[in-house]
Amino acid sequence: MGTEESNYSQINPKRCKGCAACVVACPHGCIEIGSEINQMGYQFARFAVRKCIACGMCFYSCPEFGAITVFKKPRKGA
Amino acid sequence: MHTIKHQKARSLYPTFDRKAPGADVSHYCPGCGHGTVHNLIAEAIDDLGIQDRTIFCSPVGCSVFAYYYFDVGNIQCAHGRAPAVASAIRRTHEEAIVISYQGDGDLAGIGMSQIVHAANRGENITVFFINNAIYGMTGGQMAPTTILGQNTVTTPAGRLAANEGFPVGVAEIINSLQAPVFVERVSLAGPVKVMKARMAIRKALRNQVEKKGFSLVEILSPCPVNWKMTAVESRRWLENNLEPVFPVGNLRDLPKGPFDQVDKKKARISDRKILEILGVGEEEVHTGTVRLKEEQNFKIAGFGGQGVLSTGILLANCAIAEGLKTTWLPSYGAEMRGGTANASINISHETIGSPIVSFPNALMVMNLPSLDAFEDTVRPGGAIYVNSSLAPRKVRREDVTAYHIPASDIANDLGGIQCASVILLTVYALVSGAITIETLQKVIPLAIKRKNLVDLNMRAIEVGIAWHRENCPKEEKTTEV
Repeated sequence: MGTEESNYSQINPKRCKGCAACVVACPHGCIEIGSEINQMGYQFARFAVRKCIACGMCFYSCPEFGAITVFKKPRKGA
Repeated sequence: MHTIKHQKARSLYPTFDRKAPGADVSHYCPGCGHGTVHNLIAEAIDDLGIQDRTIFCSPVGCSVFAYYYFDVGNIQCAHGRAPAVASAIRRTHEEAIVISYQGDGDLAGIGMSQIVHAANRGENITVFFINNAIYGMTGGQMAPTTILGQNTVTTPAGRLAANEGFPVGVAEIINSLQAPVFVERVSLAGPVKVMKARMAIRKALRNQVEKKGFSLVEILSPCPVNWKMTAVESRRWLENNLEPVFPVGNLRDLPKGPFDQVDKKKARISDRKILEILGVGEEEVHTGTVRLKEEQNFKIAGFGGQGVLSTGILLANCAIAEGLKTTWLPSYGAEMRGGTANASINISHETIGSPIVSFPNALMVMNLPSLDAFEDTVRPGGAIYVNSSLAPRKVRREDVTAYHIPASDIANDLGGIQCASVILLTVYALVSGAITIETLQKVIPLAIKRKNLVDLNMRAIEVGIAWHRENCPKEEKTTEV
């Protein structure tokens, strides 16, 4: 995904039920509902746009357990 | 290296094995608010470092399965009774962090009196009240919190105040009491509001850690499926329709409760003192001479009113007096008098794992329906004690020992049909050797509430002994049980 220099949310497609709560929660519109369907039959969300500030809004809005994990980019110089 | 900023809480199990081993998704519908609140609570438990001493009281409702998700102590409570259960835990486990998690049907419907009184006692517990304005699990019926005009399965034309009353504001009701320290209503309508809910949840739990007293957080939560809309629409509907009726915000945040939780502890009295007050402390009988030949799984069955349950208690009390371990588990229909009743009693030298007796090795039946119902459950080699006055047929099984005693007729002759079960119990005591006649004679005066019947029961024991002497030959006795 080329996320070396940016924050990102990792969405587990197997746990996502496609409710899109994260899609509307994200202040930067980073997440979208994809066209693929997972084993439960849901069109799951995916992290698409690299403008993530790792605010965690998607994480806290998500009604599933551990479907979203938020990663913060390395600090400069670290 | 990227660092993890937000991830699944440690207080949630890695997998939820309810549906299948290794499953890791919840049973909640897409977009349900429960999962969000679970995440917030689990995170707060992690951050407060209280996972090892948290006891989570699951309600009845969709969140009944919360114990499949939270890796903490769990109890599933009867409908609406979670605050009562939480109160009991609070008073017996001083260091426990007790969480009562309830929905609106559970808390504001059937459990309204429980929550009001727990709050009024200022129990140092934390209550999370999930308000989705509907009965979710049962398919979307009107709840006490359903707003006016809202269409539900049971209010298809919309809730009408004149018909169904007004929606109940639980946070306001709790806030009208003196004892609670923290009452706040939050909403899950959007990310910012979720963060406010997060703060309220953490505060409510921290209050309990600091032993401040009763905290309640009412959480307005979406139920997309029963509201018949998408998850995103449901959040908008929540904001536009529920929030005006149930205004979000803090209603109360006191620096400390109206009474010190330590004083509350001091007011308690010891178990010994309670026994003294009840006047039973000194009269305990302890003989402790019995060696069981085998663990006794005893079942007594009959009509309600035949002394089925009290005979069971009497036997269990005798076993306690013998220094044995025992359990007593009653089972009866709603009708009590005249209905069917049975009681299961286990007697053992060892700790008893389950109070249930499915396959007894000693069965006492007071009437024919009970004999029909339970004859086949007796283990081979067991014994059946039949009140042949009311169960006229013989025991059909050949691999058990049967004792047909016309107990009701004998009891009538003695002057009171109530003592029939004691005659049977006496024969059981002699045959099984599980309790001694001396213990029975000592315990009966303590166990019988109506003291004028003590004498009758004492005579019933004598009759039982006589029946046993006449009908059970000595050589057979040695091979019994």
